[in-house]
Amino acid sequence: MSKHPVTLTVNGRPHAIEVEHRKTLADALREDCRLTGTHLGCEHGVCGACTVIVDGAPVRSCLMFAHQAEGAQIRTVEGLAEGETLHPLQQSFIDHHALQCGFCTPGFLMLAVAALERDPEMSDEELVEVLSSNLCRCTGYVNILKAVRAWAGARTAAPA
Amino acid sequence: MPADALPAGARNRRSWIGRSVPRLEDGPLVRGEGRFVADLSFPGELHARVVRSPYAHGRIVAIDVEEARAAPGVVAVWTAGDLGALPPIPFRATAIQGLEPYCQPALARDVVRYVGEPVALVVADDPYRAEDAAELVMVEVEDLPPALSAVEPPSDWAPGLSTEPTVIRKGYGEVDAAFAGAAHVVELDLSIGRHSAVMLETRGLLARFDAARGVLELHGAAKRPHWNRDRLAELFDLPPSAVELYENHVGGGFGVRGEIYPEDLLVCFAALRLRRPVKWIEDRREHMMAANHSREQTHAIRAAVDGEGRLLAIDEVLHHDQGAYVRTHGARVADMTIGLLLGPYRVPAYRAVAHYRLTNKTPAATYRAPGRFEGSFVRERLMDAIAQRLSLDPAELRRRNLIAPEEMPYERGLSALESEVILDSGLYDDLLTRALDFSGYAGMQAACARRREAGEAVGCGLAMFVEKSGLGPSELVEISVDAAGWVEVLTGAASVGQGMETAVAQIVAETLGCDYRRVRVLHGDTARIPFGFGAHASRVTVMTGEAARRAAEAVRDKALEFAAALLGEPADTLDLIEGQASAPSGASIPLGVLAAKLGPASADRGEREPGLSASAWFHSKHMNYPYGVHIAQAAVDRETGGVRIERYAVAYDVGRAVNPAMVEGQIQGGLAQGLGGALFEEFAYDPDGQPLSVTFQDYLMVTAAEMPPLDVLIREDAPSPLNPLGLKGAGEAGVNAAGAAVAAAIDDALQRPGFVTRLPMTPQRLRAALKAAP
Ligand code: FES
Ligand code: FES
Repeated sequence: MSKHPVTLTVNGRPHAIEVEHRKTLADALREDCRLTGTHLGCEHGVCGACTVIVDGAPVRSCLMFAHQAEGAQIRTVEGLAEGETLHPLQQSFIDHHALQCGFCTPGFLMLAVAALERDPEMSDEELVEVLSSNLCRCTGYVNILKAVRAWAGARTAAPA
Repeated sequence: MPADALPAGARNRRSWIGRSVPRLEDGPLVRGEGRFVADLSFPGELHARVVRSPYAHGRIVAIDVEEARAAPGVVAVWTAGDLGALPPIPFRATAIQGLEPYCQPALARDVVRYVGEPVALVVADDPYRAEDAAELVMVEVEDLPPALSAVEPPSDWAPGLSTEPTVIRKGYGEVDAAFAGAAHVVELDLSIGRHSAVMLETRGLLARFDAARGVLELHGAAKRPHWNRDRLAELFDLPPSAVELYENHVGGGFGVRGEIYPEDLLVCFAALRLRRPVKWIEDRREHMMAANHSREQTHAIRAAVDGEGRLLAIDEVLHHDQGAYVRTHGARVADMTIGLLLGPYRVPAYRAVAHYRLTNKTPAATYRAPGRFEGSFVRERLMDAIAQRLSLDPAELRRRNLIAPEEMPYERGLSALESEVILDSGLYDDLLTRALDFSGYAGMQAACARRREAGEAVGCGLAMFVEKSGLGPSELVEISVDAAGWVEVLTGAASVGQGMETAVAQIVAETLGCDYRRVRVLHGDTARIPFGFGAHASRVTVMTGEAARRAAEAVRDKALEFAAALLGEPADTLDLIEGQASAPSGASIPLGVLAAKLGPASADRGEREPGLSASAWFHSKHMNYPYGVHIAQAAVDRETGGVRIERYAVAYDVGRAVNPAMVEGQIQGGLAQGLGGALFEEFAYDPDGQPLSVTFQDYLMVTAAEMPPLDVLIREDAPSPLNPLGLKGAGEAGVNAAGAAVAAAIDDALQRPGFVTRLPMTPQRLRAALKAAP
């Protein structure tokens, strides 16, 4: 199979790469853009470890081809922090001990950021519903929920 | 007044042990800067893909690799014959004999024994192309009947070899006499389904031969790097010093990751043969049929009881489904199940027989709380059944049998993990009382009863358990302070994502009077430290923690002696506070300056050994035994068979909690796995031995939606007398009794004592059981 050029816009920067049409967005991000913060836990669309934000929506990058993402604004976990300053949700994950092995963490961060940017007023039930679409095998979710709730609460209390 | 405003001598030493400080591990992980094995790559690397048997059992007639060899990008395709005399995968020796013939070869030789067994390896220049070529390998097999039950009589594994490699027996006392004289005999048949760790990061390996140094490097190690290094060295006929294992970030272990598997041999073989880096990243479907399964056991258990509900004897027959081969643990899980079955209770006579049997399924081994998730389910079901028979409250029945604090240390007269089981300390009755109060159990029971009257099926149940932790034999820690005052701690133990770096740093900082954020803990790197015993059996905090404390004490003594000489003050008046050796006079010297002045060329050093560093061993012959109580409230939907866990509480005595938030985190995560094993997770097989649970669509794990509100009570009432800090482990407390507590809650919800005899209690199974006996 032959490779074809495509330009991916990731965290605001263009990455001109050449990949086969069958290559997933996740693999292209990891291997061709060398952005390995996006993880693969199942490659069949269930675990959400590969979640990135494409044009504002959370997307499972293992279920999308790289070529389909041409022209889209892609955000990955590497784009959350501003230099040394962590994104408040990253900080909240640390403060609430919301990670153990950390393998699922990028996916949860991107899922929660996308969901709450779209709907800051999300109810607690909706939040649990959204977060139940990703898997974590270490934490039992208790502290992930706490971390996301704390950030959601702080956002609605003091809108930026 | 801030501490800094005080005169140095009046400053309080900051305590680090017992504080829920943020983890040192988290920064890179939240930024996406983790270094998991799939994130690594070396120039010129090749990619391996394993071709696996699609048959459960059969004689290999032919494997056609020609088309695959000719496929684009393919560098090599190998079958068993190409591996030469590469030995099979070894196991950790125990007293149990006769397991050698059942070990797994790296690639199947004449017979395939489970779906997923490696039969060929394809190496190509790109992972997609390796996978394409692997699909072209044709495996022709003459079917043999698969053995799928460990309960049916054993058959032939090979000529002269039975599918029952060993039968393990344990016990003491006059069991038959106890049954003959018992007021009551209670009998149960119980079973636990096949499930496993299924960590979110699949396995992965990256091997390369560094010709310049003559060293084989294997990246992606975990759990037992040093043991694995020594075995790989033997297998490939290399000196151990020419094999280096590197542990990177690890996406969960839970007992499954980090054992030697066929793929470890294959990837090392390929790197040595091809002299190029070779990478293998498991995909999820492979993982579900190739990584160790666990837990599948059937128990027939009987108790002899007196008129007041006191246990007189327990008689247990276990059938353990090991799957197709003996793997690195040998028969440990079966052995441990019967060795630790009795939990917190006084049992005057005991007889257990464990049938360790091979079937045509994925091989099995340890998964978090191995033998105890199973054993607690069985023992606590039995206690509930006895309470029911004698019309006693389940908590009261348990109290009558609990070992009392005065009886500690309590010798069981049994062994597990090659050591005598001696319960070191415990206030079992006290913790039960606290757990009932803490969870508001009486109120839960009353509320459930009211809701049942209104027609709901809601109930609650409890289970007690004893864990084990701090498995020896030894651990070595080396500590050195650099000229910037940073403390490096080297340990041969491993990290599998449980936060060991933070816990060890807290222990070292406590002794060295420095900030824990100045302590870097390095682990899992066999090139940096000669010995190590890994991360398993909840041993790291205890073994590495105590070795680290000892090494830190030695560094502290050196620092204080030297600082006293430099300052001209008596050493016993100095203390290490906030990274400085401080005298009451207010004079002080930073640790980094002391380290610099101890440099080999320093004139201040005198006759002292160069370097502010020390190493220490901790040896331990015996494990220690933390313990706890699980309490569950469940609602059953009679229509769908679905079970909703509405509330959960865990009380746990950890001896001493180095970082309470991390202990709680271990319990939360363990519980999610325990609830999965109790209600959802199962590796199912069809009658031909085809695995039915090979994706996350079929193998259902707990998500945020199923996780109940959880209250955790951490106690430090029974510190271990076996180490000075009193540490016990916490890794397995959340999972241990989950199956037992959930079963009791379902029974209560349906008001049908003894209803749950099998885990997982899936909706299908529960509904079928209700239909069969409405
Ligand atoms: S890796 Fe994409 S959903 Fe699991
Ligand atoms: S922290 Fe390990 S999978 Fe979530």
